[in-house]
Order: sequence, then structure tokens, then C-alpha cells
Amino acid sequence: MSLRITFITAGRILRQLLNDHRTVGLILAVPALIIALISAIMDEAPQVFDKTGLILLAAFPFMLMFMITSITLLRERTGGTLERLMTTPTAKLDLVVGYALAFGAAAAAQTAVAATVAFAFLGLDTAGPAWAVFLICIVTSMLGMALGLFVSAFATTEFQAIQFMPVFVVPQLFLCGLIWPADQMAGWLQGVSDALPLTYAVKALTEVQLHPDVTADMWADLAVVLGAAVVATVLGAATLRRRTN
Amino acid sequence: MPPTPAVAVTDLVVDRGKRPVLKGVSTAIAAGTVTGLLGPSGSGKTTFIRAVVGTQKVKGGTVTVLGEPAGAKPLRGRVAYVTQDASIYRDLSVKANVAYFAALYGRGRREAMRAVESVGMGDHADKLAGNLSGGQKTRTSLACALVIEPEVLVLDEPTVGLDPVIREELWDRFRALAEGGATLLVSSHVMDEADRCDRLLLLREGRFIADDTPADLRAATGTANLEAAFLHLIRELEAN
Repeated sequence: MSLRITFITAGRILRQLLNDHRTVGLILAVPALIIALISAIMDEAPQVFDKTGLILLAAFPFMLMFMITSITLLRERTGGTLERLMTTPTAKLDLVVGYALAFGAAAAAQTAVAATVAFAFLGLDTAGPAWAVFLICIVTSMLGMALGLFVSAFATTEFQAIQFMPVFVVPQLFLCGLIWPADQMAGWLQGVSDALPLTYAVKALTEVQLHPDVTADMWADLAVVLGAAVVATVLGAATLRRRTN
Repeated sequence: MPPTPAVAVTDLVVDRGKRPVLKGVSTAIAAGTVTGLLGPSGSGKTTFIRAVVGTQKVKGGTVTVLGEPAGAKPLRGRVAYVTQDASIYRDLSVKANVAYFAALYGRGRREAMRAVESVGMGDHADKLAGNLSGGQKTRTSLACALVIEPEVLVLDEPTVGLDPVIREELWDRFRALAEGGATLLVSSHVMDEADRCDRLLLLREGRFIADDTPADLRAATGTANLEAAFLHLIRELEAN
């Protein structure tokens, strides 16, 4: 792995993204608008919005990274550029970390806009510091990227890649505590919820919401999310093959 | 003793799925030459090329490039590969595409711009690759390989759909690169390009049916042009 090539790769991926003005606009504006919508829906219950809005702040970059990573990597695989890159000095890890840096920057920008809107204009309230929320959102977005990288190996078209959303993303969103608290689900479903990494992102956010100081529990939950992201990244990198049939 | 070949292929066998594509081919490509890989589509040209650049899984035999096994790490700065469909980023400009591949090899923007000019894309340097015509995409893809000044340049049908003037210029360019010491392997299904090669490999149904210079091929078959020479060889094989 070479740091120089990693940065060159990240720069190339960011430039591709920035050349697509419409996507940039959607990435930055949509989460803030939907959180605003949710806030208006929950107009009479700000304490419910404090919970839901906070979870959405992490859920959006998670979904975004899953989508853009699975589709752009699929394009690399099917467009011949991946094969070409594999004949250059680019190591697999250069490519994967390059994607993480570039899309991590996109996720950070998205979170910054959405969080600013939520905290400053929609009255979202947490006991803990905003930087902890930001950190959890970035780590969660890395998990989305890693899953997207992994599933791109199993899709042969962009249409299929999108179909993986209901398989890998939607169950995690339903079971993480976004639509219903995990401890009020059927017993067996709580077990499933505990096995899904996004649940730990929500637990970490709940810690920030309830405690003015950053707690050890939050760090532990965040470590689980990060660990899952690393495992998925390694599995995903293993699907990048120099030699194919 | 003859000098070590730039590319040496021995008994190469490749299956794709259950179908045998290359059925034990061998050849040696001398450094500083242009070798033409000819054959109908589906004959295994791309598979052979991918084996040389080390992206093809092989079943048997060996492929050695510049003394290393094909695809080995030290070769990644010395061998360049231009795929049949332009492998470039549609959402980057021509200049940004070439600059990216240049940067991977530690080369700067000025060298990238020179490569863009050299394929006649100077006027389109700021256009997004996705908006280019097929031939322009091919040339951009070629510039991404030329910019690294490789020792071995492997091109899969690089002149398909190109303007005759550009094609002429490209072949002059290939010749100049070979004279500078580079080794080129160029696949084509256009016979009129065959005469510009130092040596020809004719691939048919997974085997080489000819591995010779254009002049010797014509002489051996007693024909005036290469198209006729190849037909002669194929008929001879089928008669046996």
C-alpha cells in the first residue's frame, strides 16, 4: 500500500463526484429536508423528534455511502477500469482506502449540513456534545461504505446493486431502534437486532442523547460499529481480484 | 544464443467456464518489436492479451514478461494495457483521466497534457469522457497508457472505429515506440494493419496457426497479400 497512491485515488473519486453537480446537490440537501419534514410531522412531540431525528442523522450517511459505493464500485468492475487499475501500481487497499477517504468526506459534508439544520433550526436536543454525534455519523457511514463495497461483488448490474438495499440496509434500519425501540420487540427479534451493527450506532447515539459526558458505553458501542466496518471492508477488498475468468 | 524475449508464452491453456479458449499456445516476442495478434472475434485474442498482462486466470502453461511471471508486482510500472472498450472514467474530463493514470506512475500534468496532444485530443482536453464519440474514447484510453512510457505496451483492438488519418498516425507512433526499445503487442482483426507489424500471430479456435513475419508468411503460402495468405493457411488446415 502507498499513501501517495491512496490520496491520488481519493482525489480522483472526489473529482468524479464533484463533476456530477446534481448528485452533490442531492447529497447535501435531501437529508436536511427529510429531517425537517420529520420534525414538522412530530410537531407536537419534540421529545420523540429528539430521538428519531438523531438516529436519522446517522441513518442517512449510512444509506448514502452504501448506495454510492456499491454503484461506483460496480461501475469500476464492469467498465473495465478496475481491471486496468489492477495492472497499475495501485494496491487493493489503496483503492479501498481511497474510496473511504473520498466518500467519507462526502458523508462528513452531508452530516455537517443535516446536523447544522437539525440542531440550529429544528431544535434537536442532546445532553452530550455535538462532536460525538458527528463522530458516530462518520463511523456509521464507513460501515455503509464497507457493506456497499462488499455487495458490489455480487451484483452484475446497477439495477441489481439497488436491489441489495432491501436486503442489507432496510432490515438494519427497521431493527436498529429507528421505528420502534429494540427492547419492545419480540424476544427473538431482539436477538437479531443485537446482531446487526447499525443497532450499536443507535445505542451510541442514545448515550450521547442521555448523558452530558461522553460515556464508556458510547465508546464500546462505537467500537462495535467500527469493527463491523473493518470486517466488511476486508471481506469487500477480498472480492477485488487481480485475476478473473 | 538469441536475446531473451520480452514476452515468452509456453503451452498456455485457458478455460473460461467449461469452454477451452486457449488450447496450449506458445510464442516468444522479441523486445523492440511490434507484434500483431490477428484472428476472428471469439478466437481468444482478448484472453491471450489478458494472460500477458496478468489479469486472466490460467489453467496451464507459463507467461513470462520481462523475465517476471505475468502480472507480477515489479511489472506494474513497466507494462501498460489498453482494453478493447475504453477503460476510462466517464465522469472525468479527458485531461483528468490521463492525469490520474499519469499520477499513479509519478508523472505530472505536463506529461499528461503531452499524451493528450499526442493522440490528437488536445482540443477536447476539458470535455467529459462520457460525452466523447467512440473513437475519441479509445484515443483517451490510449493516452492513459502512453503517458507512462511503458516497456511493454499491450493493446486490444486499439484502432477500431478510428479515422484513417488517426489510424495512420497511431501506427507511426507504435513504430516509433518500438524503435525506442518498447515491445508492442497489438490485436486487430483488420488485415491491412498486419503489414505494419514485425511479426504476426494468427489465432484461430484457440491455437496459433501462424507465427511469422509478414514477408515470410506471403512467401510460404505463395500469396500476394496477407488476407490471401491466411485463407490459404486455414484451407490447408481444414483439408488435413
